[in-house]
Amino acid sequence: MKLFEYEAKSIAQNLGINTPKGAVASTSEEARDIHKRIGGEAVIKAQVLVAGRGKAGGIKFASKPDETRDRASEILSMTIKGEKVKKVLIEQKATAKKELFASIVLDRANRCQTVLASDQGGIDIEDVARQTPEKVLRHRLDPVFGMRSYDARLIALKLGYQGIQQSTFSDFLSNLYRLSVIYDAELVESNPVIEMQDGRFLAADLRVIVDDNSLFRHPEFQERSKEISGEVTALESKARDNGLAFVELDGDIGIIGNGAGLVMATLDLVKQYGGKPANFCDVGGGANAEHVATALQIIQGAEKVRAVFVNILAGITRCDEVAKGIVDVKKVMGLKKPLVIRMVGTNQEEGRRILQSAGLTAMDKMDEAARLAVSKVAA
Amino acid sequence: MGKQTRAIVQGITGNQGSFHTRLMLDYGTKIVAGVTPGKGGTTSVGVSVFDTVASALERTDADASIIFVPAPFAKEAGMEAIDAGLSPVVIITEMIPARDSMILIEYARTRGATIIGPNTPGIITAGEAKLGIMPGDVFKPGKVGLASRSGTLTYEIAASLTHNGIGQSTCLGIGGDPFTGLNFVDVLKLFRDDPGTDTVVLIGEIGGSAEEDAATYIRDTKYPKRVAAYIAGRAAPPGKRMGHAGAIITGTEGTADAKMKSLREAGVLVAEVPSELPRLLLQQVSPLQ
Repeated sequence: MKLFEYEAKSIAQNLGINTPKGAVASTSEEARDIHKRIGGEAVIKAQVLVAGRGKAGGIKFASKPDETRDRASEILSMTIKGEKVKKVLIEQKATAKKELFASIVLDRANRCQTVLASDQGGIDIEDVARQTPEKVLRHRLDPVFGMRSYDARLIALKLGYQGIQQSTFSDFLSNLYRLSVIYDAELVESNPVIEMQDGRFLAADLRVIVDDNSLFRHPEFQERSKEISGEVTALESKARDNGLAFVELDGDIGIIGNGAGLVMATLDLVKQYGGKPANFCDVGGGANAEHVATALQIIQGAEKVRAVFVNILAGITRCDEVAKGIVDVKKVMGLKKPLVIRMVGTNQEEGRRILQSAGLTAMDKMDEAARLAVSKVAA
Repeated sequence: MGKQTRAIVQGITGNQGSFHTRLMLDYGTKIVAGVTPGKGGTTSVGVSVFDTVASALERTDADASIIFVPAPFAKEAGMEAIDAGLSPVVIITEMIPARDSMILIEYARTRGATIIGPNTPGIITAGEAKLGIMPGDVFKPGKVGLASRSGTLTYEIAASLTHNGIGQSTCLGIGGDPFTGLNFVDVLKLFRDDPGTDTVVLIGEIGGSAEEDAATYIRDTKYPKRVAAYIAGRAAPPGKRMGHAGAIITGTEGTADAKMKSLREAGVLVAEVPSELPRLLLQQVSPLQ
């Protein structure tokens, strides 16, 4: 779960991480008042979870509170990559002596957390890593003991800091690390980190992604995680609320399957045969009739879907339950789109009997079924 | 792992734990005890239940453990099994916090234990024993070792191998999470030293670099056994998690096409669709035969 910048900065401040002076506003009047209070030149930043808000015009500057009100009003009426801007962060513009980059990521390949740091901050770090990999420092942390004081100091030293600045930057890094532990973060990234004239380091921007599997330890985020953002479409939100693993895609063949790997392979097959999947939908292991029915209802109800392909390989899941779910939908609301079913495995015979009694059939091979599903749309 | 393996089930009294204990016993697996804190002294599907792993091992001998406990308690359940000297420790539980898995995997590494999972269907020695939730009937004994990042797709591919007369030695899921106890390279090493395996099938998916690392390992070590692979997720868009916590393309990394290319360049037989795997294996004879 991604945190909004203002949320990330608020938890950072509580951990002693410096951030620019500022506050979040929902209206342009609030934005003006915040600027009055903080003084100086202000930055107005759209609070969205999608990336690339700067290029989309979601970051503006203003020297007077009235200007801030106008810019905030513009930004608050924007939709950035499908995500409506609901809040803006008003901050005092900081003058930088130097801009750096610092992040702490979960490193899959090395099964640990890794610190990435660079003295080339403020720009796209992936570009820096591609063009001048030597400018990005990578430092692995022990999986159990994490960041020790000498880890932080070594990174500061390698970035060229000595004496008091070495200690100040080490403390900054240690606090970012503490944040990653306390909030179970997959990613903590500050770009840029601003080194001020007075020697302090400031997280001018801050991105935090909390591990979804850790939300049970963070009740404060549980409600927030359900909010619809630009990252989740209305259809995705509806499906996920019903316990389905669901990703909306841009094609016209609705897909339902059990098991993430099998569903991914199903999408691939449909594409291989010239079709375009409308979604990824995993009903999970041991899905019951109700689960399957919900998935089918949601998917056939989507306007763009022109055919539905159900691909079930039953292990823990039972074919009779899957069949019941499909037949229920047929009885209650009717099948609104051409339906292709491939269903094999546990209780296969019973499942097929149930389908047959409702005038439906199931196929054996997923290749043939995928071809048939594609032909339903092509015809 | 095989007929002789003696295993305990942690979380044996839960729905999943008891259901799959029954199926594992039916398949021929030696399940010698179960553990559920607070339920010591009872039995579940005919197996004696203890409060802790240590107390179970006072009464019986065991080598391995399979864990079904809920995600918040899985890290300590794994440590408890490792402290008791059990290995492998198969962790079926899904949705374990990544930080917990990271710490547990390091704990196992420093103590010489093997973790399979988390978020795995488990491991099966065809026709002998299984520590997992896979349907036993799709597997038949043979010489293909199979490792996968997913569950149902493994059954799909194993079933099509079996259907084409290609049997399996050991099949295991390495797990669908970002952090797993074994990666493909670890599995390739195990299969290299297994006389019962002459061919390795890897079933990968988008996200991470486990497949690319496997390709590098196969190329650099001139891997002595035949390797075939299928990678799921060519149709997956970047930035979206496809069901598994680990199945996400970040930036330009982790795409199916890049993985297939690395594997092909390492001499691996790469299937475009799952049903092509048995065909590839039947066309090309193992170098050992």
